[in-house]
Amino acid sequence: MALSDSEVSKAELDRRAFRRSQRSRSVLVAFISTLVFAILVWFGLIATPGWSRVQESFFSWDVAVQAWPRVLDGLLLNLRVLAVAAVLVVIFGLLIAVIRTLKSPVFFPLRVLAKGYVDLFRGMPLIIVLYLVGFGIPGLRLEFLGRIPAEVLGTIALTLTYSAYVSEVFRAGIESVHSSQRLAARSLGLSNAQSMRLVVLPQAVRKVVPPLMNDFVALQKDVGLISVLGAIDAVRGAQIEVAKFANFTPYVLAGLLFVLLAIPTIRLADYVTKRLSDKEQAGVAL
Amino acid sequence: MIDWSKPRLRVTNLKKHYEDRAVLDGIDLEVFPGQIVALIGASGSGKSTLLRCVNLIEEISDGQIFLETEEISAPGVNHDRVRAQVGLVFQSFNLFSHLSILQNITLALIHVKKIAKPEAERIARKWLERIGLGDRADSYPDKISGGQQQRTAIVRAVAMDPKVLLLDEVTSALDPELVGEVLDLIRDLKAGGTTILMATHELSFAREVADWVIFLEQGKIYEQGEAKDFFENPKRDRTKEFLARMANN
Ligand SMILES: Nc1ncnc2c1ncn2[C@@H]1O[C@H](COP(=O)(O)OP(=O)(O)O)[C@@H](O)[C@H]1O
Ligand SMILES: [Mg+2]
Repeated sequence: MALSDSEVSKAELDRRAFRRSQRSRSVLVAFISTLVFAILVWFGLIATPGWSRVQESFFSWDVAVQAWPRVLDGLLLNLRVLAVAAVLVVIFGLLIAVIRTLKSPVFFPLRVLAKGYVDLFRGMPLIIVLYLVGFGIPGLRLEFLGRIPAEVLGTIALTLTYSAYVSEVFRAGIESVHSSQRLAARSLGLSNAQSMRLVVLPQAVRKVVPPLMNDFVALQKDVGLISVLGAIDAVRGAQIEVAKFANFTPYVLAGLLFVLLAIPTIRLADYVTKRLSDKEQAGVAL
Repeated sequence: MIDWSKPRLRVTNLKKHYEDRAVLDGIDLEVFPGQIVALIGASGSGKSTLLRCVNLIEEISDGQIFLETEEISAPGVNHDRVRAQVGLVFQSFNLFSHLSILQNITLALIHVKKIAKPEAERIARKWLERIGLGDRADSYPDKISGGQQQRTAIVRAVAMDPKVLLLDEVTSALDPELVGEVLDLIRDLKAGGTTILMATHELSFAREVADWVIFLEQGKIYEQGEAKDFFENPKRDRTKEFLARMANN
């Protein structure tokens, strides 16, 4: 509960007056700088000779309204792919990370395989993985699978690539758990696997939530790439509308929708990161 | 109190080498049921290594270790099963930071001893009450003091009902004003008949609670004896020097 002006000393009153004047100055500075910036944007962009043409072909309200249903429909497909891929990525990423920490010689081939996998898919551009999976798997002519939908192939490609990234995140998390925690678990008689499952992994997962969320944000955008396989997602839907109207507005629309989708995750990631780092700092202070 | 009929823990000619360096060089010792044996010695003399070898966290280079009549250093022995019967408490507590105080204690009871959760919690709460932390059962380790953490770590090991409890300088990471509460717990365990092998630099405490004192010097037992006698009449030069040096600190 703050003390009211009548309750405090002259020194505090002076301090308060000073802080108030500082605050109103900050507001004034922010206002002027915003105004100057707006004027610059006006002259730099809107007042350019080509602006009205750009506005017509990129920011047409009419086109946006007409393109909306198809783009939205496409976005729902993106969301479905995102949900499935995210779950698969966490499962495979964790699995690969754990395989890479196994020390027993029995697991030597698995370990080598996991490492090779991670090297391969961290290095390969996603778009190439998409093409290879998208045209390679159907090329195998596995009749019993029937015709595999493009979005399924896209999900497989995204999962392959992102599992490699995410396994590295998990592995870093596992390695960041202090070895004394494992030692304490082992000294109580917990087996190697129990120590991993009950002590190391729960701590590792907590530590890697912020980087994982960043990867999730990246995945949110990259689900738009399944359009190259012909899946009618938001991007492909926009492309169809662009061709129909000979106008680029549907791309802008789809782009904005992706941004809207990403913002909550980005904010959440920032919040979680800050909370975790606050907690670490509190821990240090103790 | 001490049952002298057969040793609970017996170590014969234990050696531990790192590369060419002998860190433990032929250790023989016995701990009898209900007995408290204190290991003292300069830093680097091998106290921690000895305890870690007995808990099978460290691979030994030669010799044998027996728990009651079973040779636990024999090839093919299930280490997890042995560790569940040999409690080890570290200088740095090592409580599981993602688990509450209560869960720290129940984890091994549930997953190693396969005790049902309600019963495991009952055991854990009983111990927490005993050390005055009953109301902190749901707190996390970083929310309690170092002394409380170390007492929890000791209780976590003791709740497993180990055949022998190994304590590795359990007070040396604590602020001086928190040492007392941990020593009180060890006194309490002694009264309850727990068999303890402890490395310590609290000489007055060792003198008070230990039945037998072993002085390690460069990986060898340099001198040992009944606690009172050992401290009052050290026989050999290095022992006298060490005791004098510790007394001055
Ligand atoms: N992993 C290791 N590798 C090499 N030397 C070690 C290792 N662990 C301990 N030592 C050495 O073994 C000796 C005994 O250490 P330690 O048992 O910790 O002694 P104490 O607990 O009595 O202080 C020390 O000289 C230490 O440097
Ligand atoms: Mg030590």
